Amino acid sequence: MLEGPSANHPLGTDDLGQDLLARMLYGGRISLAVGLAAMVVAVVVGILVGAIAGISRGSVDSGLMWLTDLFLSLPQLPLLLVVVYLFRDSMKEIAGPEVGVVILIIVVIGGLRWMPVARLVRAQFFSLREKEFVEAARALGASTTRQVTRHILPNSLGPVIVAGTIDVAAAIILESTLSFLGLGVPPDIPTWGRILFDAKDYLDFAPHWALFAGGAIFLAVLSINYIGDGLRDALDPRRVM
Amino acid sequence: MSQYLLRRLLIVIPSLIGISLVLFVLLALAPGDPFGELAQNPAVPPEVRAALREKFGLDDPIMVRYFRWLLAMLQGDWGFSFVSRMDVDTLILQRLPVTLIVIGASQVLALVVALPVGVYAAMRPYSLFDQVATTTAFIGFSLPTFFTGLLFILVFSIHLDWLPFVYQTNVSGTGLAFVWEHIRQAIMPVVVLGLFQGGVLTRFVRSAVLDVVRLDYVTTARAKGLRERIVILKHIVRNALIPVVTLIALQMPIVFGGAVVTEQIFRIPGIGSLLIASILANDTPVIMAVTFVTACLVILFNLIADLLYGWLDPRISYR
Repeated sequence: MLEGPSANHPLGTDDLGQDLLARMLYGGRISLAVGLAAMVVAVVVGILVGAIAGISRGSVDSGLMWLTDLFLSLPQLPLLLVVVYLFRDSMKEIAGPEVGVVILIIVVIGGLRWMPVARLVRAQFFSLREKEFVEAARALGASTTRQVTRHILPNSLGPVIVAGTIDVAAAIILESTLSFLGLGVPPDIPTWGRILFDAKDYLDFAPHWALFAGGAIFLAVLSINYIGDGLRDALDPRRVM
Repeated sequence: MSQYLLRRLLIVIPSLIGISLVLFVLLALAPGDPFGELAQNPAVPPEVRAALREKFGLDDPIMVRYFRWLLAMLQGDWGFSFVSRMDVDTLILQRLPVTLIVIGASQVLALVVALPVGVYAAMRPYSLFDQVATTTAFIGFSLPTFFTGLLFILVFSIHLDWLPFVYQTNVSGTGLAFVWEHIRQAIMPVVVLGLFQGGVLTRFVRSAVLDVVRLDYVTTARAKGLRERIVILKHIVRNALIPVVTLIALQMPIVFGGAVVTEQIFRIPGIGSLLIASILANDTPVIMAVTFVTACLVILFNLIADLLYGWLDPRISYR
């Protein structure tokens, strides 16, 4: 059943004779979608927490920052494994066997990666809220909500975009890690990590199986990191000329 | 100094309580049942099961159970693993040293690579060496650890047959052969983790040095006629290291994640593989203890980073 690359199957087949190129294209959509969706969750939560902490002073700010530091010292991968494994059955009942687990993975990855965004947004808010244009808006009678949504937030998004891009890569790696450990998506969804999990026991006589799947993860992560790096150079005001 | 340490420790306590509370509630809310196995066993009558549940207090409210766990843990009683049939603290103490050795060795390797490469690259920005170093570092941290692990096994174990890919606890032989065998089987896991960390750290070091290189005091040091070696080592590197220390500490959660993966690939009997085994077996006391110990270690490393910070930068006062 296991075939190496040939004209009929450009990337070869797996142990059930399934075409690997087709499986990787299909699974890649899910890997990328999970990465993007988890980034959206992380960025939204991060902006919310950072904006609230940045605009309010005193106990709300220090409370939220304590929470952020607490999350930063949580061991991400162990916690991710525990939560996904323990709650997968309840999620399967709510949203169906495949969608349920994928949604769970997205929410948990996003919920464990919002802290850098929150810190960035808070730091931006601290400097922006003292700037003249915000003061002018305040003098014109703009409410706090309007100051935040129209003036402060749009100006603080530069670093957030960079952090969000890198988050996509991190989320793809986390999802693949989960699937690689056999605790991620169900077996019938061939995400890249899942293909690698299936392939690792055949490493000695079918290395193409693992190499193509792993290579796909590596290339996706590398490209996204490069985009993030380029965006950082374009958007970072502190850049070295 | 000791007063500062004391105050830092006092800040750590609420964090630890917060983390343990989060973990405990999470595990308590989960649908898994440590006695699920017994429920499927027809030889155990339901009354016995109910009595067992009552004995371990599984039917009490969450907060009651949390405080009972907290009190027991403070007294050194970490619970009993239903699956391994031994005390959790003995189990963890058995597994922890291997994990710490692998993580420690890989961090040392990462630093040994990243410090010289990062500093040298930053001293000649945009030169050929810098381009090669930053690109390699970029590739290094874009390669997921599970993929490098498999690649290493493929090349060094299967094709070249140089290194064993299954970690063995009871190695035969004595003396030097014994030590060599241990080193041989630790090489791949340490290098896999170290390469990833090395990539991340090289970038940290490079940008930290770049930030310092242009400052006036460096020009002053050169103008005084100091040798370049002294300028780099005593003036640039020492100041550039300050933010790097914090960044290394912030990397610790990711390092522990990487350790879970490498332990699983190379079947190292550390706490990472223990965690996955206990998750699959629904062994709640062990899951709780492993995640909590990892969180404690992360906080400990952050504390050490803070203390190092003060040592590296005397401007930060310990008050």
